[in-house]
Amino acid sequence: MNRKLWINLMAAMLVAGLFMTVSCAKKTIVSDGTTIEDQAKMEAEAQAKALAEQERIKTQEIEDQMAREQALKEAKILAAQNRFTHQNIHFEFDSALLSSMAKVLIKEKAEWLGSNSGVAVVIQGHCDERGTTDYNIALGERRAIAVRNYLVNLGISGSRLTTVSFGEEKPLDSGTSEAAYRKNRRAQFVIK
Amino acid sequence: MNEIRLNKMYGGKSRCQQLRCRIFLAGLLFLVCFFWLAPLQAKEVDYINISSPFLNKIPIAITQFKAFNGHAVEVALGKKAEQILEDGLGFTGYLKVLDPAAFLSSPAQTGIQLGQINFRDWTGIGADLLITGGIEEQENQVTLKLRLFDTLNSKLVVGKIYTGASSQIRRMIHLFCSEVSHKLTGNWGVFNSKISFVSTVNGHKEIFVCEFDGHNPKQITHHQSISLSPNWSFDGRWLAYVSYARGKPDIYIKNLKEKRGAIVNQNGSNISPDWMPGQLNLAAALSFSGNQEIYLLTKKGEVTKRITNSRGVNLSPTFSPDGKKIAFTSSRGGTPQIYIKDLDSGDVKRVTFKGRYNTSPAWSPDGKKIAYVGIEKNKINIFVINLTSVSGMPVQLTMNQQDNEDPSWSPDGSLIAFTSNREGGVSRLFVMTSAGTDQRRLLTLTGKQSQPGWSKSTSFEN
Repeated sequence: MNRKLWINLMAAMLVAGLFMTVSCAKKTIVSDGTTIEDQAKMEAEAQAKALAEQERIKTQEIEDQMAREQALKEAKILAAQNRFTHQNIHFEFDSALLSSMAKVLIKEKAEWLGSNSGVAVVIQGHCDERGTTDYNIALGERRAIAVRNYLVNLGISGSRLTTVSFGEEKPLDSGTSEAAYRKNRRAQFVIK
Repeated sequence: MNEIRLNKMYGGKSRCQQLRCRIFLAGLLFLVCFFWLAPLQAKEVDYINISSPFLNKIPIAITQFKAFNGHAVEVALGKKAEQILEDGLGFTGYLKVLDPAAFLSSPAQTGIQLGQINFRDWTGIGADLLITGGIEEQENQVTLKLRLFDTLNSKLVVGKIYTGASSQIRRMIHLFCSEVSHKLTGNWGVFNSKISFVSTVNGHKEIFVCEFDGHNPKQITHHQSISLSPNWSFDGRWLAYVSYARGKPDIYIKNLKEKRGAIVNQNGSNISPDWMPGQLNLAAALSFSGNQEIYLLTKKGEVTKRITNSRGVNLSPTFSPDGKKIAFTSSRGGTPQIYIKDLDSGDVKRVTFKGRYNTSPAWSPDGKKIAYVGIEKNKINIFVINLTSVSGMPVQLTMNQQDNEDPSWSPDGSLIAFTSNREGGVSRLFVMTSAGTDQRRLLTLTGKQSQPGWSKSTSFEN
């Protein structure tokens, strides 16, 4: 009889304990339910944000790409312009004849002038220091005119091309070697 | 060929010299001739032929100046005058100024006049000519008494008195040098001439002017650009030069005193101006036609006549002394060579045939020669070609001394100024005799100098 009582009591306690557990668990679940709802919202928001960010990055990338391309394009234009103004036409001593190399370079100049139709240029004629001051002014002018005539023949309007001779007065290299002289015997383009 | 006439005409005598009296520099300076030269006959000119290519120098003794009052200022000015006299006559290239250490007598003590000179003392040391000098100084006023003697004939050749401020000693001595030159060569010489040239100033090229011996250089232009090729008018009052002051080569025609002038700024290059002898007109090379051609211009810069018409460039005109012909550089034959055009007949003849590069002609004042620049073996040098000789072979005046260019004749034709980079590769002005001897630097100036242009005014009477 005593033993039966103990078993019953234990069972009752177990059941009570179960109930308590259940009620406890139920409460937690309810609470969890609201969290899940918030999380979903937040997740959605985050997702939207991420999407927007992705969009932004994408746009940025496109913009960057465009800017890069623009810069590249500008660099190319600048490089072409630099080449136009820095790549000189060279001549033999006491000569204003255009070599085949000179003609290739002048064709390149003509292309540049063709795609930059608003630009007017001065063609400067220069000589090395050998020979006399006056004769070199005359020779430098012949060099400049030879280049101008070739450009006109390639279809560039003469009104965009003026010439001036500096003779031996403006050497690029003040040395007295043949290399220096070669550098100085030139027609040089200056954008107005 | 010219005959060599450098021998003294021992039997020669000077013509009767008239008493003359002149006033110079608005009364500042008086030149008084005070000697009656003994009535002498024959030519005055034949001591020295300055155009002889085989010129031997005539030895000349210049004595210490006699100080009449003997005070310190007078003695010092006498020393200065003696130095200027020695430098001036030494500059001519045809006189050898003897070392006073060899002198056997001292006219400063024993007397500077004709009767007081023991000519054997001078012939004995090899002096063919003798100059004695005397000086009086009072309150900054100086009187110089100068005499040139022919020692071999014991004769007074020329004697002059000059009076002026002590600051005018250089001028007075050079007036006497002109007299000496006139007696010895028949020409007044270089002593009243000037030289224009180009010098760099702060990286620019400006036009300068100095006296015949490089003294007193003065900057004339301040364009702060590239200025080139100065050339004197016959009267020494005008300069024409080229400047890039407006961005391209234009010719500037300038009256030095009155600060007026004109600019030739036609399209293209306006270069290498050369004044006409005896007229205020010029020749120059302009390229407005599309090719460098030579034209005649007025001093106002107006084009009056076209002189050349050829393929190839035409430039660097230089008038013959009579103004009837123009020598110039042309590349009409493929290489730059010197040609002469007769302005009346229009005939053109080629002058240079040797070498592939001959430019910068300069016509000698006697009309017989043209100096020019030629490139041979990659070196640029000065040559002279005799227009009267049959062979027409050029004579090379400079050699093995780096690059030499821009020849310009002195007004008497005895000297040639030029540009050389022989000293350390830096371009400087030099001078030599017309035979190529006595090559020396003309002046020392910072920067680089080039393109000397000797003035044409040769008599001190203008």
